[in-house]
Amino acid sequence: MSLEIADPRSGRTATGSARARSRGNFEKYSWIFMRVSGLVLVFLVLGHLLIMNVLDGGVQRINFGFVAGRWSSPFWQTWDLLQLWLAMLHGANGMRTVINDYAEKPATAFRLRMLLYVVTVFIVALGTLVIFTFDPNIA
Amino acid sequence: MASAPAGTLYRGGEGMWSWVAHRITGVAVFFFLLVHVMDTALVRVSPSAYDVVIATYKTPIVNVMEVGLVGAVLYHALNGIRIVLVDFWEPGPRHQKAMFRGIIVIWLLLMIPGTYFMLIHTIESLFGSTS
Repeated sequence: MSLEIADPRSGRTATGSARARSRGNFEKYSWIFMRVSGLVLVFLVLGHLLIMNVLDGGVQRINFGFVAGRWSSPFWQTWDLLQLWLAMLHGANGMRTVINDYAEKPATAFRLRMLLYVVTVFIVALGTLVIFTFDPNIA
Repeated sequence: MASAPAGTLYRGGEGMWSWVAHRITGVAVFFFLLVHVMDTALVRVSPSAYDVVIATYKTPIVNVMEVGLVGAVLYHALNGIRIVLVDFWEPGPRHQKAMFRGIIVIWLLLMIPGTYFMLIHTIESLFGSTS
């Protein structure tokens, strides 16, 4: 006959703790995501800014034809798609943190977060659609 | 004035102000990103619709704002690397002040030529190329 010893604090952590009531390790994964996506974005975004604003004629040479030339290459399509998704999720998660820090009323914080999520989904969907359906011969 | 309690990384001094600047640049870049995806989406409307809006990016005043945008992104990127080093590099927290001074130096070294090249394209397109 074995002796059953419950885990320390098991009676409370199972249902009562803040972590158990919330969403598991969501905040930990969001913290890790900010660092991983941030390091990838350092290369993607600084490369993007260097190409678009500094090299050759900088912003002065950008027009529809320039975009069409770039997006004829799967390399730049992939670059821009990854950049769009990572930048929007990194930025939205940062804004979520800012809202949670400064919005004092829970209802205000909730409304601002919902607005943020709607805008984020809209922009990510719009940008993704544009990259995948780009037509260089549009009239 | 009383000095900050020992052992705090985020109250007063480099630790706090680097964090404040990280927030401000992050929020500013996020709002620009929303606008930027929408202006690029005009390539699905027509070439002329896109070119008309992109023309505003080429005006001198907006061009100077782009230097500010690049400066904000560059600071956020460099300080982000510093944050990763503070979090994951064992001696990182002890060197956070030196790393902050380091990223300011790197920022200046990149922004001085960067500003020159970003503005010279606009100046040349306004007054003709000198080369």
